[in-house]
Amino acid sequence: MTKLEMSLLDLLQEDCRLPLEKLAVMTGATLGDVAGAIDDMEKRHIILRYSPMINWDLTDRERVEAMIEVRVTPQRDMGFDAVARRIYRFDEVKSVYLMSGSYDLLVLVQARTLKELASFVASKLSPLEMVTGTATSFVLKRYKEEGVVFENEDADRRLVISP
Amino acid sequence: MNYDQYLNPRIASVPPSGIRRFFDLASTRKNAISLGVGEPDFKTPYMIRNAAINSLVDGETQYTANRGLPELRQEIALYLKGRYQLSYDWNSQILVTIGASEAIDLALRALVSDGDEVLVPDPSYVSYAPGVVFAGGTPVAVTTYQKDDFRLTADSLEKAITPRSKLLILPYPNNPTGAIMEKHDLEQIARVVERHDLLVISDEIYSELIYDGHVHVSFAALEGMYSRTITINGFSKAFAMTGWRVGYACAAEEIIAVMNKIHQYAIMCAPRQGQVAAQAALRQGRENGYEAILTMRDSYDRRRRLMVNAFRHMGLECFEPYGAFYVFPSIRCTGLSSEEFCSQLLQEKDVAAVPGTAFGPSGEGNIRCCYATAIDKINIALDRMADFVSKHT
Repeated sequence: MTKLEMSLLDLLQEDCRLPLEKLAVMTGATLGDVAGAIDDMEKRHIILRYSPMINWDLTDRERVEAMIEVRVTPQRDMGFDAVARRIYRFDEVKSVYLMSGSYDLLVLVQARTLKELASFVASKLSPLEMVTGTATSFVLKRYKEEGVVFENEDADRRLVISP
Repeated sequence: MNYDQYLNPRIASVPPSGIRRFFDLASTRKNAISLGVGEPDFKTPYMIRNAAINSLVDGETQYTANRGLPELRQEIALYLKGRYQLSYDWNSQILVTIGASEAIDLALRALVSDGDEVLVPDPSYVSYAPGVVFAGGTPVAVTTYQKDDFRLTADSLEKAITPRSKLLILPYPNNPTGAIMEKHDLEQIARVVERHDLLVISDEIYSELIYDGHVHVSFAALEGMYSRTITINGFSKAFAMTGWRVGYACAAEEIIAVMNKIHQYAIMCAPRQGQVAAQAALRQGRENGYEAILTMRDSYDRRRRLMVNAFRHMGLECFEPYGAFYVFPSIRCTGLSSEEFCSQLLQEKDVAAVPGTAFGPSGEGNIRCCYATAIDKINIALDRMADFVSKHT
């Protein structure tokens, strides 16, 4: 990765609406170089998409989230990857991680109601033949995600004017 | 009761700070975006804050040594050696103060006698000239010019020197201009200093905030200047620790002893938790290659480029400031004075900037804009300023 690419990632992660012209000014690169670097990182799947970070708790949308620890039997020749694929294809599944420790996969699941979520575990996840056990924990409150603190603690406490 | 006869006329003679007036004005505008701050927009890195929390939990609530915690002074010595090739004995040559501000005040009080002249580049940070007056001296402004990128030149310095000149204040990287002094610039100043037998207070509080491949050179590291220099630095700008109030002065043992004499009677010691946090900042920096500083510096640099570019697009003449976190564009093309420009900008566009004249008469025609603010806010402020400027040109 070049210094330009790293700078662009820093800037875009903070605000992906920054126009190319401003990105070029801030990194000291030409417009062409910036456009090229971003294009390239999109092709290499370093940048996957440009999306806002939303605090859904402040919206009217009801939703339930859970983290499910899943123990599985790895598949011959495919290890855990094949199992992970079977799991992440469900729409309810937002993230899947292969973990070290006492379980194998950590699955983040989102549903509209508790009933829907329970039904996902009972009728979709647990019946998979390679799943040997699950432990579901519900998310009660979100404090910080991807480096962003959800509580409004980041108010600027500086004096308006100082020497 | 009329207190005039009681008040010290020397103190009363110093006019109130130009910053203060603007602060009062800006405070009435609740929705203003401020480019008028003089401190980082980062919070102190949590690892540093945590060191102070642990110290409180452990009951470390006592005075420290007058000169500061030995462990902190040892770290300062290592830091200055490693970063700026300066060798100071931690025990006899380093004094920990309440911010660099106290260090400046102590140095002036320790060195200035009645009638001594102190050379102060203009424009500069607001407290130098009043500090000289409080100490009984006479501040002599040495004008710096936009055509020189607001560097202090040997020529201007030479012209301001009289037989009463004792001390030069060298504040680079500079607040408010963002100017820096390269090694060869400093070497020319050093020759003048030597020729006229001056001492130098080198305020290097912005030493870590320097951009685009430029490097900070400590004045004391120049040949012949070590014994003539009081090096002043602190933690506010490099580690985003303004509210902790910890700084330090380093100089010859004899000078530090006199500064410490004032410090021990007036202050006793800098607050312990600030010192503990400062020590953690330096230790962690030494261990991880000053990661926190580098991250903040990169972030400032991007915003610096953004702001300079925008001012030039507005048609404001703007030299490239390679230090601190200020841009100092000229607003002469609007026909307004610095004060008028800033007052009207605030009232019409809800953007606060500081008139250059708050930092000395040579600041007329320029305004100080701080880029230590979130990018989205900078962009809004710059759009509003562009509107304002186009209306006035």
